[in-house]
Amino acid sequence: MKEVSFGQYYPVSSFVHKVDPRLKILFLIGYITAIFLAKNFYGLAACAFVLILVVAFSRVPVLKVLRAVRGVMILILFTAVLNIFFYRGEGDPYFQWKIFAVYREGLLFSAFLVCRLILLVTLSSMLTYTTTPVSLTDGLESLLTPLKWVRFPVHALALIMSLALRMIPILSDETDRIKSAQMARGANFESGNPVKKIKAMIPILIPLLISAFRRADELGEAMEARCYMGDKKRTKYKKLRFTWRDLLAFLLLAALITGVVLLRICLGGVI
Amino acid sequence: MNIVAEHLSYVYNQGTPFAEKALDDVSLTIGEGEFFGIIGHTGSGKSTFVKHLNGLIRLPSSLKHFKKPKAKKGRPAPVLPSLKVGGFDLADRKTDFYALRKRVGMVFQYPEAQLFAETVSEDVAFGLKNFEKGMKEEEIEAAVKDAIEVVGLDYEAVKDKSPFDLSGGQKRRAAIAGVIVTKPEILILDEPAAGLDPLGKREIMDLLHRLHGAWCKTVIIVSHDMDEIAENCTHVAVFAEGRLVYALPPKELFAKADELKELGLDVPLTSKLCHLLHEKGIDIDCDLTVDGFVRAVLWKRGGAR
Repeated sequence: MKEVSFGQYYPVSSFVHKVDPRLKILFLIGYITAIFLAKNFYGLAACAFVLILVVAFSRVPVLKVLRAVRGVMILILFTAVLNIFFYRGEGDPYFQWKIFAVYREGLLFSAFLVCRLILLVTLSSMLTYTTTPVSLTDGLESLLTPLKWVRFPVHALALIMSLALRMIPILSDETDRIKSAQMARGANFESGNPVKKIKAMIPILIPLLISAFRRADELGEAMEARCYMGDKKRTKYKKLRFTWRDLLAFLLLAALITGVVLLRICLGGVI
Repeated sequence: MNIVAEHLSYVYNQGTPFAEKALDDVSLTIGEGEFFGIIGHTGSGKSTFVKHLNGLIRLPSSLKHFKKPKAKKGRPAPVLPSLKVGGFDLADRKTDFYALRKRVGMVFQYPEAQLFAETVSEDVAFGLKNFEKGMKEEEIEAAVKDAIEVVGLDYEAVKDKSPFDLSGGQKRRAAIAGVIVTKPEILILDEPAAGLDPLGKREIMDLLHRLHGAWCKTVIIVSHDMDEIAENCTHVAVFAEGRLVYALPPKELFAKADELKELGLDVPLTSKLCHLLHEKGIDIDCDLTVDGFVRAVLWKRGGAR
């Protein structure tokens, strides 16, 4: 029941948590751009410095942040191995066997790529650690507003997203309840071959589906009863406002991008 | 089967920021043959407690990777929780939880949410087919018929109906039939009468009395409704904030009206009436069931017995 905590959100109050979600999304995009603009380790060091600042001011435990990297460890290792063995540099290779060859440049380049990936993944997960799904959708809706001019249903999309997010914990509670009830009646979800396992899910899925439809119906009626009419002249309960925090974050991002570009021009590429 | 729980504790989401203590050092014994009531507020730990009884929530020592906590300097080793249900030791990893669940039936809150099969009789047979592998078709049918009839439904009329075509009260009874079909020795019900009209409530309670003794030796109900508890139970346990506060027969428990009020709990109507009469100088000694109260009042008047 309460075993499932949805998403990654880490509920503490901090500077980073209080930054406007729109700015956090923009910050992430800007940061990714900076990572790809960086052509040498000094640029990445600047990015890493900013990341450390973000983590330090978010009050999310460092171990938890590093756990995000563990999730993509295989991808990172794969990239590293591929680059170490297939990057063709100049001069003599350190090691050669058939088509596999290790060059000095290959080692450097794959180290560079690994750093890049780690920074990328870590900052992206900082966004979900410090922003609730609801305010994330709010921010997205606000950022996508320009699409309204081409008649794209931004508001409906945001509503669907936030309702879906809202329903996840409810349905997961419900799943757990139904699962317990069927287990109490001797249902077995662990053993047996795959076909049997899928069949064993039916006593959970059917009641769950029925309850999901019932909930959707009830919610729709409740919204209509309160005169919900789509996004015609709707005001927001939580109005997003930029504050000094957002200005600080924006300045940090601007400084980072400028710094990275300067380092790129002055010091050249990685090799 | 007696139930003996000692030092039960449970924390949801241990080790995360969402950690929540649900049970705190609960020791309670429930004897065979009792009609046992458990009351308490939402979040008082009562549902968590009953989920332990058929192994839906496991004791830490019955899980893999369990490490015995060591004694720290100057402090004795923490007492491990233990729970025995009849011959089953739930603290032991080797316990056959499957066999346990057959003997301890559990009806959850709003059990109609667990209905899934195409027909009522198939749904009722689900538990039986799970527990009694290799049972003959005729035997299954006979057991299903018995269970549907004992909950007060018309077997011929409902057996081929979809469970979703039944009325609310019928659905609930069909769901209960799906649990008692295996004739569990202990039957646990979480808010069995929640959301039903007064007549439906009455019918469910009558059903539980029919089951108690004849089908299931012990019945345990979790409830908010003090009248329901006073009317039916032989023993009542009160939970508050994960702790067991009282475990007494209803008459002694509801004499503590002030203490209960402090816990945010009410007393049954009969107990309130006794109190009002007491203020007027009339002392009534009764067992707090409606019948018992009426009889005691009439006796006091010196009229009919």
